[in-house]
Amino acid sequence: MTVEVVEEKFRTQLTVRLRGGESLLGVDLPGPCAFTSGNGVDVLWMGPDEYLVLAEPGRQTELEAALSRESDAVVDVSAQRNVFRLTGSRRADVLAHGCSIDLETAPPGTCVQTLLARTGIVLLVREDAFMLLVRQSFSDYFEAWLADASLEYVP
Amino acid sequence: MTRLSGVPLKFTFDGRELTGYLGDTLASALLANGIHRVATSIKHGRPRGIFAAGVEDSNALVQIEKPFPEPMLSATTVELYDGLEARGLRGQGRLATEPDPARYDAKHAHCDVLVIGAGPAGQAAARAASGRVLLVDDQPGGQAPDGVRFLSRTTAFGVYDDGFVLALERRGEPAAPERISRQRVWRIRAKRIVLATGAHERPIVFPDNDRPGIMLASAARTYLNRYGVLAGQRVVVFTTNDSALEAASDLAAAGAEIVRIVDAREGHGVIGTDGDTHITAAHVAKLGELEGERVPCDLLLVSGGWNPAVHLYSQARGTLRYDGGLGAYVPAGDLLNVTVVGAAAGEGLPETKVLWQVPAPESEVDTRFVDLQRDATVSDVLRATGAGLRSLEHVKRYTTIGTAHDQGKTSGMLAAGITAEALGVDLADRRPTTFRPPYTPVPFAALAGRNRGELHDPVRVTTIHPWHVGHGAEFENVGQWKRPWYYPRPGEPMADAVRRECRAARNDVAVMDGSTLGKIDVQGPDAGWFLDMLYTNMMSTLRVGRIRYGVMCGVDGMVLDDGTVIRVGEERFLVTTTTGNAAKILEWMEEWLQTEWPHLRVFATSVTEHWATIPLVGPRSREVLGRLAPDLDVSNEAFGFMTWQDAEVAGLRARVCRISFSGELAYEINVPSWHGPALWQSIVDQGATPYGTETMHVLRAEKGYPIIGQDTDGTVTPQDLGMSWAVSKKKADFIGKRSFARAENNRPDRKHLVGLLPVDPAVLLPEGSQIIESETVPEPPVRMLGHVTSSYDSAALGRTFALALVRSGRERIGETLYVPVGDDVVPVTVTESVLFDREGARRDG
Repeated sequence: MTVEVVEEKFRTQLTVRLRGGESLLGVDLPGPCAFTSGNGVDVLWMGPDEYLVLAEPGRQTELEAALSRESDAVVDVSAQRNVFRLTGSRRADVLAHGCSIDLETAPPGTCVQTLLARTGIVLLVREDAFMLLVRQSFSDYFEAWLADASLEYVP
Repeated sequence: MTRLSGVPLKFTFDGRELTGYLGDTLASALLANGIHRVATSIKHGRPRGIFAAGVEDSNALVQIEKPFPEPMLSATTVELYDGLEARGLRGQGRLATEPDPARYDAKHAHCDVLVIGAGPAGQAAARAASGRVLLVDDQPGGQAPDGVRFLSRTTAFGVYDDGFVLALERRGEPAAPERISRQRVWRIRAKRIVLATGAHERPIVFPDNDRPGIMLASAARTYLNRYGVLAGQRVVVFTTNDSALEAASDLAAAGAEIVRIVDAREGHGVIGTDGDTHITAAHVAKLGELEGERVPCDLLLVSGGWNPAVHLYSQARGTLRYDGGLGAYVPAGDLLNVTVVGAAAGEGLPETKVLWQVPAPESEVDTRFVDLQRDATVSDVLRATGAGLRSLEHVKRYTTIGTAHDQGKTSGMLAAGITAEALGVDLADRRPTTFRPPYTPVPFAALAGRNRGELHDPVRVTTIHPWHVGHGAEFENVGQWKRPWYYPRPGEPMADAVRRECRAARNDVAVMDGSTLGKIDVQGPDAGWFLDMLYTNMMSTLRVGRIRYGVMCGVDGMVLDDGTVIRVGEERFLVTTTTGNAAKILEWMEEWLQTEWPHLRVFATSVTEHWATIPLVGPRSREVLGRLAPDLDVSNEAFGFMTWQDAEVAGLRARVCRISFSGELAYEINVPSWHGPALWQSIVDQGATPYGTETMHVLRAEKGYPIIGQDTDGTVTPQDLGMSWAVSKKKADFIGKRSFARAENNRPDRKHLVGLLPVDPAVLLPEGSQIIESETVPEPPVRMLGHVTSSYDSAALGRTFALALVRSGRERIGETLYVPVGDDVVPVTVTESVLFDREGARRDG
């Protein structure tokens, strides 16, 4: 497919606040507009002392306990945002219809909070995919927009 | 002569069926069919022809009728296609009344170097540039150097800060395939911009200079060399420079007869023309003489020099300098990230004698047109200067010269020159008029792009929304949210549905989707202190497991928001906000944390959408909750009012709060939002009646609970709402406290929130109605006592009622006031704001 989107449901998502510090769950902290990965989690930079930890479904309790030992605050926000995985050779073209980030030069490991058309998103650049985190209440709009923007690129 | 591709296209103009070729513009196809006269002038009704060959044309406006109506397009920029139907315009056209079936979209692009214009200078710049290079050009076809991304048919129309450029791409005519946009707005971010936008030829003003068959010399050359169209057979050329001679030479080589070259540099000029719908002769004379020789011709080419196309440079805040050798404004120099090359920089343009207008005899009707589209003449300019206007910008506004679709591309410099002549000043000392986006007209449809229909604005919905839709709910817009308003049964009117829902909540059990309520997790060792500062009442004393209602004020002491605060742990609270204020309150918290109290260890996180929030309301709510949560002791003793417990409800891990926004026994059950639909279904299966926002409003209003933003505006204090009990007298400080001491806040005639009972219990007061003191409306000015903020028909009270903000309202309880409604004046009795269950007997079930 030139472009394909899959929703990854029920992912564990924890907002972590940490002033100072070098790592979370043994994963080096990302710098601004980046994410780091390891030990089965992604650590997303969301602000100067704010991170979002992404993991497989069902790990909320375990990770919340572990994280609360090494941070200032932990909040379970797993159901706050829906997670979508966008793949295919035209994935950057589709997003370029509504996203002003330069996706040609954004290296894997990039994590930005930006707008996609009229909804806020968290955008992660992986080697072979974009991950998009969308506030749950905007998901219908997001899906309708994405389907529409893809029209030119799907047979 | 072979024309273009040789692929014939049929089209219709002014009802005539004609043939052109693929690659033609409407203008070139008309000229090839011998049609010069295209339009009619807006003010004087004079025949007008094709004057230029590009975006600078000021004359040939057409209305496209088919395939889809589009008004006011320039025939020189419309690409011909099979089946096109157009007609010439006199000024305005008509907008389509049916929706445009074509697709329009937008796309972002990024580059190191953006080159605008693919002529020789642009090509050279693109070739020399390194990194990611994007070349755009408004013409079809063309090529770019290897490794350069190229967009043809793309007009850069706006240059903004930080290398941001908007361009319009015309992607397909008549209509592109269904999935391909017809036009696209490119939103380009460039590190560096090279403007290679060329130059526009400038005409010369003389009497009767507007007849069809008079055109810019370069335009005739373009029609010949690009489209294979010879615009006339007997040609007079009137020029101030050498470039028109090249045009004459090309036309002669193609078989035209050059009847006369009138060169202003040799002291000659055209001082008039003959013809009706087409030129038949030019009057040639020595400059300064008022009688001329009639030289028969069917084409008069004019060239008064060249104006560099500095529009985009000027939009980028570039300064313009007058070049006396060109008779035009040129860029004063490169900008930080904008370079100008080629003709746009004034390079390679022919030296010219500067001649704005030829001396001409006085006449009753001035036909010396400066702006052909606006029918504005030399006399109009002189009227402006005669009225005392000295700035070019003011003359533009006074005469309207340069304000038509072409934005003065051919007329602006002439108007400047004629103004300077009239004032006896040097153009070098005059600031030219400002160039603003867009460089060329851009259809609104293209600017709207895909932001139409369901994509016009995001509609936010909760996870339970599909159930509401499936069960016939009517919806209410609350900000971007769609919330169930009420759930009519088939054929049931709204008033009946709301009464039924209210009765269920008061007498039985009812359930609503409250998931849109704002929720903020506030954590950290200083969280209690922080909330004490944010709320007017004390929050730090709240015990873990308990809930407190609170009011927030701005620094002005006016109510900002309200909601409940639950203490989750020693250092952790969950704050709720009104639906519409969720984002605002989080920002409010962050503002204080980041700018005023950065030393605090407090962390605020929005969890609004993590939770599905479902209030379960009514005397039977305890029984229903008990059945759904068999392990939870739901007795009043074990689970008291304003406390919360974590429990398993309908097999789901939930947080249950015993709070009430209706005065009834009620619980609010929270589960992660993805479990919202399952919990909802379980509750409905227990026989709870779903209710919407209208019923919620009625229930809360019966209890006198205000809605912030409906019963308040930015001028209402907690005391005005009768909530002095929620304002701490013990706390040393909190946001808004200082303002409560102002004299204004303590005036006895402030507006208070009170209840209103219409004397006739069937009369429903319109919300927003004004309240007066007298039985009849006095002569203006009428003294207004306040207004109705909420008004409902109450099943519980068996009558209508309202909430209102009324001057000295609490002192007026028992009084009769009056509300003008249409032609009637409705008497109302002022009451306390709490109208139902004043004792609060119902909240424990």
